[in-house]
Amino acid sequence: MLESVPEPAVPDVLAPSLIGRNGLMLALLAVALLLPFVVQNFLIFQLTLVLVYAIAIIGLNLLTGFNGQFSLGHSAFYALGAYVAAMLMDKVDFPYPATLPVAGIACFVFGFLFGLPALRLEGVYLALATFALAVATPQILKLSPLEYWTGGVQGIVINKPDAPFGLPLTQDQWLYFFTLFVTVIMTVLAHNLVASRTGRAMMAIRDNPTAARSMGINIALYKSLTFGVSALYTGIAGALGAIVVQFVAPDSFTFLLSITLLVGLVVGGVGWIPGAFFGGAFVLFVPNFAESISKGLSGAVYGVMIILLIFVLPTGASGLVRAALQRLRAHKIQ
Amino acid sequence: MELFLQQTLAGLATGTIYACIALAIVMTYQAIGHLNFAQGEMAMFSTFIAWQLIQWGTPYWIAFLATVAVSFAGGVLIERIVLRPIQHAPVLSHVAVFIGLLAILNSLAGFIWDFNVKPFPTPFGTAPLLGNGFIDAHQAGMIAITLLLLAFLYGFFRFTRVGLAMRAAAHDPVSARLVGIRVGWMTALGWGMAAAIGAIAGMMIAPIVFLEPNMMLGVLLYGFAGAVLGGLSSPVGAVIGGLIVGVVENLAGTFIPVIGGELKFTIALVIIVAVLVMKPQGLLGRPVLHRV
Repeated sequence: MLESVPEPAVPDVLAPSLIGRNGLMLALLAVALLLPFVVQNFLIFQLTLVLVYAIAIIGLNLLTGFNGQFSLGHSAFYALGAYVAAMLMDKVDFPYPATLPVAGIACFVFGFLFGLPALRLEGVYLALATFALAVATPQILKLSPLEYWTGGVQGIVINKPDAPFGLPLTQDQWLYFFTLFVTVIMTVLAHNLVASRTGRAMMAIRDNPTAARSMGINIALYKSLTFGVSALYTGIAGALGAIVVQFVAPDSFTFLLSITLLVGLVVGGVGWIPGAFFGGAFVLFVPNFAESISKGLSGAVYGVMIILLIFVLPTGASGLVRAALQRLRAHKIQ
Repeated sequence: MELFLQQTLAGLATGTIYACIALAIVMTYQAIGHLNFAQGEMAMFSTFIAWQLIQWGTPYWIAFLATVAVSFAGGVLIERIVLRPIQHAPVLSHVAVFIGLLAILNSLAGFIWDFNVKPFPTPFGTAPLLGNGFIDAHQAGMIAITLLLLAFLYGFFRFTRVGLAMRAAAHDPVSARLVGIRVGWMTALGWGMAAAIGAIAGMMIAPIVFLEPNMMLGVLLYGFAGAVLGGLSSPVGAVIGGLIVGVVENLAGTFIPVIGGELKFTIALVIIVAVLVMKPQGLLGRPVLHRV
């Protein structure tokens, strides 16, 4: 009985000719670079958060979409990354860009270690263990012996960085470009990882562990490594999120954050890396939209949307894009 | 020693609630093979219905029975409307749908009854039982209700035709269908019963943790810990697991400084991960075998 995640988006349709694809990427990047000069500061801030969520969702996608492991506990890795960054800046005056690699490495180690026992857990059991991790995280962050470092319930407030080199940018614009820079690097790395020998091993384990093992893939190693890399992505997103929001507190990292990331993953499409951007935009803007429909019922509207999505569009944005491309191609052939 | 005994008894009392939630989780797991992450919110919503009925002046026990009936119907409806269409979908879809249900119920309860903490009445009173102060009347009542529930469930599954049909449907759906059991409806029935058990657990724990939309998250986590400890395929194991978790939680909270008090959820996390790693089938569960 092999109950794995939905089939990944078929690459042949989503990967048109190399020039066409690169051209599309460059055009999107150009739009992303121009956006902060035409929209309001608050929208820039929101777009920055979309990118932060997108990095975290890519991390979750590497684990769930490409390796077939579940996690409801990614809020814990996000929290760890955010706290590492905040503590380094608050206590030892680390420059903010330098906190990202430290947060990433800390999360990689933690994720790898958590992934070791998780090796023996499959499907719903792993969801359960990571669920417990997510629920326990805020309590651990509030722990009184750690209060000197974590700030307890109050959390830590961070200063907003100015644009360096005297660039004529507002703080929000600068943070947006900084985040965009990190996002592009992380996306390219994820794309290359999935396309590599390692990525094929990850997908082989997802599709058929027994066959993967008989082909000489070290399942234990790859599974824990994937857990580590996934945590690393989410931790870097957490560190970026802390810098952007300028504040970390235990109650920002509840189970709800894990839900948010999971929803972003499902919306964007499981096993399709660019889907993370659709997912990130969805989890940031749709709750606001839901709140505008009815203030008290925002959670309910959000929940109904999740369920409808699973019913109507189980492949998420990747399915939509694929259908659109297929139609386009059929048009061309005629 | 007296403190130890007192805390153990108090732990057993809260453990009965975890046992009920664990039982509800196991019933759903047996019926559809998935862990219902919305089980806690379903119980919370039922408890709010009971609170509303009591606010309208309904006597406690009538409100109690009405709530159990409404919850049963609600559970069946949720299965029919939300889960039936995705019964063959992958695990991730199920988890996402359960998370959606959780968000809907939580937000709806907050919308209808607001997020303020409300006291919930107990039918047993809070006077110490037998005057020695070891256990109060409400705790004793919780234990009694749970035992009654267990006896009822045992009788239902052991001695009635429907109970037998439900066991058959869970054990081997294809053969059950061939002998004329309507497997789909047995699943819906299992959902209804899980919702009803959850409602009872909610109404019993509400006087202790107070009523608010987020009251069940911790209880659900302990319920999961209990279910995993006892074995997800064994209802009896779930009850024993829930009781053990209740006692461990209470004793750790009393005797281990800092960790016991402030890291209660972490204890549940450690129990879950430790059991899953060392004895994944739990205390009384059947090991899962895969054909390769």
